Amino acid sequence: MTDTSSSRQQGLSLQNLRISRGTSTLTEIDAHIDPGEVLSLMGPSGSGKSTLLAAITGTLDPAFTCSGLIRLDGRDITAARPEQRNIGILFQDDLLFPHLSVGANLAFGLRPTKHRAARISVALADIGLDGFDNRDPATLSGGQKARVALMRMLLSEPAALLLDEPFSGLDATLRAQMRTLVFARAREQGLPVLLVTHDLEDAQASGGKIIQMQDVHSLT
Amino acid sequence: MRFSFAAIAAAALAIPGLALPTLADTNPADWDAVQSAARGQTVYWNAWGGSTTTNDFIAWVGNRVSEEYGVTLEHVKLSDTADAVSRVLAEKSAGKDSGGAVDLIWINGANFAAMKESGLLFGPFAEQLPNWQIVDVDGKTVQTDFTVPTDGFESPWAMAQVVFMYDTADLAEPLPDMAAILEWSRANPGRFTYPQPPDFLGSTFLKQALYDLVEDPAPLLAPASDDTYATVTAPLWDYLDALTPTLWRQGRAYPQTGNTQLALIADNEIDLAISFSPGAASTAIANFELPDTVRTFVLRDGTIGNASFVAIPYNANAAEGAMIVANFLLSPEAQARALNPDYLGYGTVLDMAALSAEDRARFENIDLGIATLTPVELGQALAEPHPSWMTRVTADWISRYGTAR
Amino acid sequence: MGRAENISATGRKHTARRPVVLRLLPLLTVLVLAGPVLAGFVGTVAPAFGIMPALGLYEPGLNAFRDLFAWPGFNSALRLSLSSGLGATLLSLALVTLILASLQDTKVFTLLRRLLSPLLSVPHAAAAFGLAFLIAPSGWIVRAVSPALTGWDRPPDLLILQDPMGLSLIAGLVVKEVPFLLLMAMAAMGQVQSRRSLVIARSLGYGREAAWLKAIFPRVYAQIRLPVYVVLAYSMSVVDVAVILGPNTPPPLSVQIVRWTSDPDLTLRLRAAAGALVQLGLVLASLVAWRGGEIVTAKLGMRWTESGQRAPALRALRPLAILLAGISVLAVLLGLAGLITWSFAGLWRFPDLLPQEFSLRSWLRFGPTLAQPLQETVVIAAVSTLIALVLTIGCLEAEHRHGLRMGRGGFWILYLPLLIPQVAFLPGVQTLMISLGLTSGRAAVIAVHVVFVLPYVFLSLADPFRAWDKRYATIGGALGAGADRVLWTLRLPMLLAPVLTAAAVGFAVSVGQYLPTLLVGGGRVMTLTTEAVALASGGDRRAIGVYALVQTGAALVPFALALFLPRLIWFNRKALYND
Repeated sequence: MTDTSSSRQQGLSLQNLRISRGTSTLTEIDAHIDPGEVLSLMGPSGSGKSTLLAAITGTLDPAFTCSGLIRLDGRDITAARPEQRNIGILFQDDLLFPHLSVGANLAFGLRPTKHRAARISVALADIGLDGFDNRDPATLSGGQKARVALMRMLLSEPAALLLDEPFSGLDATLRAQMRTLVFARAREQGLPVLLVTHDLEDAQASGGKIIQMQDVHSLT
Repeated sequence: MRFSFAAIAAAALAIPGLALPTLADTNPADWDAVQSAARGQTVYWNAWGGSTTTNDFIAWVGNRVSEEYGVTLEHVKLSDTADAVSRVLAEKSAGKDSGGAVDLIWINGANFAAMKESGLLFGPFAEQLPNWQIVDVDGKTVQTDFTVPTDGFESPWAMAQVVFMYDTADLAEPLPDMAAILEWSRANPGRFTYPQPPDFLGSTFLKQALYDLVEDPAPLLAPASDDTYATVTAPLWDYLDALTPTLWRQGRAYPQTGNTQLALIADNEIDLAISFSPGAASTAIANFELPDTVRTFVLRDGTIGNASFVAIPYNANAAEGAMIVANFLLSPEAQARALNPDYLGYGTVLDMAALSAEDRARFENIDLGIATLTPVELGQALAEPHPSWMTRVTADWISRYGTAR
Repeated sequence: MGRAENISATGRKHTARRPVVLRLLPLLTVLVLAGPVLAGFVGTVAPAFGIMPALGLYEPGLNAFRDLFAWPGFNSALRLSLSSGLGATLLSLALVTLILASLQDTKVFTLLRRLLSPLLSVPHAAAAFGLAFLIAPSGWIVRAVSPALTGWDRPPDLLILQDPMGLSLIAGLVVKEVPFLLLMAMAAMGQVQSRRSLVIARSLGYGREAAWLKAIFPRVYAQIRLPVYVVLAYSMSVVDVAVILGPNTPPPLSVQIVRWTSDPDLTLRLRAAAGALVQLGLVLASLVAWRGGEIVTAKLGMRWTESGQRAPALRALRPLAILLAGISVLAVLLGLAGLITWSFAGLWRFPDLLPQEFSLRSWLRFGPTLAQPLQETVVIAAVSTLIALVLTIGCLEAEHRHGLRMGRGGFWILYLPLLIPQVAFLPGVQTLMISLGLTSGRAAVIAVHVVFVLPYVFLSLADPFRAWDKRYATIGGALGAGADRVLWTLRLPMLLAPVLTAAAVGFAVSVGQYLPTLLVGGGRVMTLTTEAVALASGGDRRAIGVYALVQTGAALVPFALALFLPRLIWFNRKALYND
């Protein structure tokens, strides 16, 4: 994969991305994810997975430096501010804003548009939470929270999706359901997905390529 | 409430060892008894602490009475003399009639009148002090305080007289009277101000102006009545109405104390200021607080003078020690040091003719400083008006100029 | 029921042996805090309604209030208290919000955070003196540009200090309240997982500012609400800063009350007491109004949040945030530099930027007289801080062992001394103590300082103490250590850094107390602060410089120790100190 071949390509490209702290290299990756495709990164904790995601979302701690290129649908976003990158992220914790109702959490994600209330009702129905508009997020079950967090992100119309161990907090049944839901939505909307996990089952369920973080080093 | 205080007092008296007579009842005339009772006592002298030179002087007095009489002196630095009055009042209202927190107060004027009237003072003691013999009773106003008879309830220790400090770099000649001050201030707006009444010196400026503006000062020595007040003070209000817009900050703000004016002169914000201490300018020059171009003048028709006193609260814990301090303040040694502008620059209350040649020499050898007028130049001080004038004029000033927004 | 669950095996053993002392500590703490406030309040109500035995007044009546309302400056003084209190609070909160929204996670912010503790520990009076010298017409700013740019060879006749609108008073309050609120807000941010919430919000397309305002601010504000109320109550009723920077024609109500309290005309005490009640009512009414403002703002804010607007234009505020943060920091630091310069100044005339000569004269002159107030200040601060620490740790440990958790009511009692204006109860405390036969002096001053020190010590220690991992206690218990041994050999050593920080905060609060020391000490207790404010009335800037600097040092040194000691003691235990 060369610069020219990927420059106009749709999807998320990580070109010779290298994250270092001082003189030591923490992690390196060179990969391309097509729209609707899932790339899974696996590795033990401490192998730099979350740091890599921070670099892609643009929230890397200043102690680290990052070289290489990040392109999204051909656009170079390496130096863009986080809010300009159009990359959605889901964490293990749902991180719903506790001061906002369920509906307001979704409204937070939804970009300015007409008929907001109606669109939020539809979105809630879409994830099986019809009429949950005014509920306090704290009263929701784990699975419900995870679905709201997913929907909040989708409403912001991202062009790529990062998943940081998003299913590890859920029990086995919910986990499978949530996985199916997320991957289906991503495929539907043609989003490139980068999944970070230490769980082989998650990675296999994605149906895409799997890179072991130890392998990341060997890629260079 | 009264009953509960009484009950507490009774309970206190019931405790063995506390059932002692409460008032200090050493006879001031029996000086040996006073001296022996005073030894080992700690005297809390409540005195204004805003002047560093005064603080240094009081610290020196403390060293001397400790060496000489075994009395420990603690200077309780007040930002307002009335704080000490409040303290004594609070103690009285709580029934604490002995062992009070205040032993000696630097006082005069309205504070003295209020305390004397409310029975908050110990005495009479002043005229039994050994050094009373050398006080200039005839030449200085040491037996009345703002026309109120002292009756021996306070002892004088310094003479003060109004002078005006002016910076010769900007104001060449002394100004002879209040009219001239107004004229100059109109021509040089923003260069004059006075401390904000009810500050003592600010009220003094009002009285000084009143003295200089009235045709006949005689009514001022009697209590102000509703009949006389309006007519007598009318020229003062006309004068201030004309003066205020020409003042520093157009009279919308005033320095809060006399000493604050020194910084204003030093910064060249103002060129003229009132002072109640003829030697203060020289002292301030020595401390870099004023430029050495400052001099002082008195008005052609004279300026107000008065004495500073010390008084002892009725419930003082160390009345004997306080008398020792009051007497030491009248000694030629202390008076000469107070007169010296290197230390304080306050006028003396002593009668030079009553001193021994040796003591007289202490005074004659003092260099009064470049900005200090000689006694002849100062002239005879005008007596303070009756305190009712100051009270009413100050209150009126506050509603006319002090709260106008 | 909840209590039983909270008692660990080791805890039960101990409650059986020594049940009383620790259980009574929370009650004792409430008494120590609320007792003086309530008693003093009663001592104010009586004279306000005309009862003052010392003057022979026993008939209740409303004359004191009539007299107060007839005072010509009443409306202006009231308006001034309101405008300076609300103005200072609104500006401080706005500035803190702007700084956090625009600058969090930037290098400027890291720098600000380093400066926070020193800024916080500069006593209010010292900061006010410093600011006064900066902004006065004869101050450093005018000197710096004169006469070159302005043509002024003498100070302009401008009403900057003590202006009738109270603007310089507001400025003086803002530069001191911003570090306080900033510290409180930063502590709150740690509790609300702000970092990851921000990552989420920004990945949803929000800029730094809008993300913080919408996702973090409401949660942070809920945590700092009471500190904001404290700032409001304090700014409305402050005395020492108002004496230095506030107007005098007329002054704010609180200053006027203190003046009446010390007037030779003794009947003015009644007017002062009535004024103190009005001041209290004004503070309470403002708190209610502020609460109303919160509700309206929350409604509007929620509407804005739900609109989904990403508000990228807010980015333009960043230079403003840096500018204002810089000004408020420099106002204090340059002010201190001004104090240092004055303390070493020989003759220094306008418009010279620096004195003609530097001299040690002022330090030599005032140095010897400083020793005693310095010692008094240190003793009072150390003892009151120690008492506050013992009570705080006792309460927190009682909470841990017996589940005696402080409820909402306890939380308000903690804030009570900080929300009730000092002038409304301190004069009453003075009268009360004398009537109980308690001698005024150092012990009494310490007791009153504890009232103000304790809340700050408690608030700064409670979170780290509660956050301590209780499994250490379980392990300790399993290894045979009793509850006391767990406290002394595990918990407190591990919490050394936060305990020392809480102590430093308490020490600084004590050092800065003016009215409590003055009124309850009966004038006999001379601390650096009372000496400095007394000197302020004399306007000798060299003396003020010396005193204010030593006062600042007394507050600052403990902070340095709190930072340095854990590093020294735990130099080989990296987990036990942090910056």
